[in-house]
Amino acid sequence: MMKMTTNKFQKITVGIIFAWLIFFVFAPNFLVFIVSFLSKDVSNFYALPFTFENYARLFEPLYGTVVWNSLYMSVIATVLCLVIGYPFAFIMTKINEKYRPFLMFLLVLPFWTNSLIRIYGMKVFLGVKGILNEVLLSLGLINEPIRILNTEVAVIIGLVYLLLPFMILPLYSAIEKLDLRLLEAAKDLGANAFQRFVRIIIPLTMPGIVSGCLLVLLPAMGMFYVADLLGGAKVLLVGNVIKSEFLVSRNWPFGAAISIGLTILMALLIFVYYKANKLLNKKVELE
Amino acid sequence: MNRMLRNFFMFVVYAYLYIPIFILVGNSFNGDRYGLSWKGFSWNWYERLFNNDTLIQAAVHSVVIAFVGATLATIIGSLTAIALYRYKFRGKQAVSGMLFVVMMSPDIVMAVSLLALFMIVGISLGFWSLLLAHVTFCLPYVVVSVFSRLKGFDIRMLEAARDLGASEITILRKIILPLALPAIVSGWLLSFTLSLDDVVVSSFVSGASYEILPLKIYSLVKTGVTPEVNALATIMIVLSLVLVMVGQLIGRKHKA
Amino acid sequence: MEQTSQTKPIVELRSLRKAYGDNTIINDFNLTINNGEFITILGPSGCGKTTVLRLIAGFEEANGGQIILDGEDVTNIPAEQRHVNTVFQSYALFPHMTIFDNVAFGLRMQKVPESEIKTRVLEALRMVQLEEMADRKPAQLSGGQQQRIAIARAVVNKPKVLLLDESLSALDYKLRKQMQNELKSLQRQLGITFIFVTHDQEEALTMSDRIIVLRKGNIEQDGSPREIYEEPRNLFVAKFIGEINIFEATVIERIDEQRVRANVEGRICDIYVAQPVQPNQKLKVLLRPEDVLLEELDENEKSSAIIGHIRERNYKGMTLESTVELEHNGKMVLVSEFFNEDDPNIDHSLDQKVAVTWIEKWEVVLNDENDNQ
Repeated sequence: MMKMTTNKFQKITVGIIFAWLIFFVFAPNFLVFIVSFLSKDVSNFYALPFTFENYARLFEPLYGTVVWNSLYMSVIATVLCLVIGYPFAFIMTKINEKYRPFLMFLLVLPFWTNSLIRIYGMKVFLGVKGILNEVLLSLGLINEPIRILNTEVAVIIGLVYLLLPFMILPLYSAIEKLDLRLLEAAKDLGANAFQRFVRIIIPLTMPGIVSGCLLVLLPAMGMFYVADLLGGAKVLLVGNVIKSEFLVSRNWPFGAAISIGLTILMALLIFVYYKANKLLNKKVELE
Repeated sequence: MNRMLRNFFMFVVYAYLYIPIFILVGNSFNGDRYGLSWKGFSWNWYERLFNNDTLIQAAVHSVVIAFVGATLATIIGSLTAIALYRYKFRGKQAVSGMLFVVMMSPDIVMAVSLLALFMIVGISLGFWSLLLAHVTFCLPYVVVSVFSRLKGFDIRMLEAARDLGASEITILRKIILPLALPAIVSGWLLSFTLSLDDVVVSSFVSGASYEILPLKIYSLVKTGVTPEVNALATIMIVLSLVLVMVGQLIGRKHKA
Repeated sequence: MEQTSQTKPIVELRSLRKAYGDNTIINDFNLTINNGEFITILGPSGCGKTTVLRLIAGFEEANGGQIILDGEDVTNIPAEQRHVNTVFQSYALFPHMTIFDNVAFGLRMQKVPESEIKTRVLEALRMVQLEEMADRKPAQLSGGQQQRIAIARAVVNKPKVLLLDESLSALDYKLRKQMQNELKSLQRQLGITFIFVTHDQEEALTMSDRIIVLRKGNIEQDGSPREIYEEPRNLFVAKFIGEINIFEATVIERIDEQRVRANVEGRICDIYVAQPVQPNQKLKVLLRPEDVLLEELDENEKSSAIIGHIRERNYKGMTLESTVELEHNGKMVLVSEFFNEDDPNIDHSLDQKVAVTWIEKWEVVLNDENDNQ
């Protein structure tokens, strides 16, 4: 009697979980996949026939360029996050253990506030009459206010602003695990600081680097509101393109294709992450 | 010398992260409408905020969605974590796989897919579409939170309970739930925050019938300066801070 | 032809000082190590032996004094530029590189041409009998194999000095014994100076040409294994190496140049003492368990020797180890007797009464010093 109740409970639980996931994760993604092969239809969003046209378009000059252009801002933002984040994470590992939890907490805290609001704050900061310009003017570093808003630079600044902690956390995790004795061994064998960095530190922290890039690049491509608020009408991220295709042009198939493209990129990066980990973790047993 | 450089660098990064927030908070009390110079302390904007009905309504809606969504996500997510931990069933990999997909997918990919789903199935965009979407993207975080905690348990304790005659539901209620509580609570808090914070998914799956905050703010800031937004922002920041503190305190109390 | 290793000093530590804040590890430390020696720095944990090694390697900076390597003052030269190599306790093999690349690493840093690298690496791997592992990764090797690779990686660079920091402590007993022998023969083969650090005195005795016993940063004794074992200079060294029995003695009078009559644990006998003594002076007479002789007595028999009773006996295959409780003060004496042709059947019963004596001249006599470590 007891066994039946247990089993029944199990069945219900698992059933709910499966149902939810199939309905809200598997089905939607599958639908998008299908739609990406359909054709444009203004009134119904999509229609037969099936076609590869949407994917081909990604590589066409007219449409494709918009997508690829928007890619490059995200890439630059990712690189910047890496360049700023790596030393930051490195320094963090050298800081007294006592202070670290607090510093980490400070780092993550902004994440708990609505990113839209923070971008708005950034907008005020960067404006022609904003604090940044005021400070620079008063310090005498510039003669007239610089127009940062409504440029790609502003968008990149915004992206880095929102995503930097996501790069720092996995980097910190990877650098912390670095076995310092390996660095000593490298020293012992004659490697100078640069050689140690390139041959030991980078390869061994690679999983963290890839992880960080994953956590930054993909969102960076999707955060259309950053482009909207800081970039103005002309500056677009991949997310803006997708949004406009879906909500404005009603060209669902093309929007779907771009979305699938993003997904493939994500899969690729995850694969790279897996490989980087494999380089360090070996699972073969011997003797 | 090295140390000074190091500390300066860290300080600059932290400043970069916090300055816009300080600006918002500062300006919410600033008499000057444009926030360009300090014109005296004022509660003005908070007053205007509370008189702005549409804004307040949108705020209430957001909180409702966050609350209900977090609760639902926590229930389903906790059950999922328990199921993954305790039960053997076919398709465990599939479940973890799908949860992983949700967590890793860029917001926009998920937004698009859910929009497609709702439109094709015929769910109109409004409260329900929002709720379902929010629960979905919060799920994996709850699962991870609860599952990690469960993994730390001695499984023999549960077997002992079984041996003593407890049914599954009893085990759940009397043993698993209480012990997993901190993780469940932090899962809820995390979901609540993620839901409040969401912009991308909400943009796609919400409709005019149920307005929520991000979109309202969006339209406001795009068109011009509305200093009420600063007041609202400040309130939200304080709210988030409080939530995080509460989360930390609960976590610390239950460090069994 | 007899190969006399050039007894020119290869490492000289002069007035070396190292401190961490208020904690001084070594101060005014002097040591000269000769080319071709297998020298072991032995001591309990915290004595500073690892610090000395790390100072020679360059991982720590000295707070004072000089480190001379092959005539050159390297005190301020960073580790990567010193011609010494270390075999680490944890092996520290690079997990992301193959065995070949690990061993080749030092050569590549020296910008040795690739063709030469290949030959030398394979040769080094052959020397440790792990040639076929060249393409594997460290995690695929066992502890003992990783150990040998760590050694290969160090020696392939032909360093002037090889430093080994408790390198064998992670291995199980049998493997350790095997490695000790391999290291010893490797050292003879290569002719490089080996500086070995360990807290295991048995290991030190097995492998070294010379042992430095360190305690709290001070050299307690510096000598060959035999000297350290048979002629310990103080109680610390005596106790640290092997088992030792300490008998209390009081001087009665000196008999001749070599011998002194004294009261040793209640028995009047003559002991061999080189240093000058005063009547009533307290001395310690040290005896290794294998130097003590036991003679069984009947319960009522009288003897002028030190009397005791067997309280424990353990058959150890090669030896019979007994613990004897001295009658007059209850002190426990450890005795180790070998089975041999003369005495194939030694055995003692518990509580057997015995007379405790020792082989003449095998005792070591030290001043009565404070026993605190």
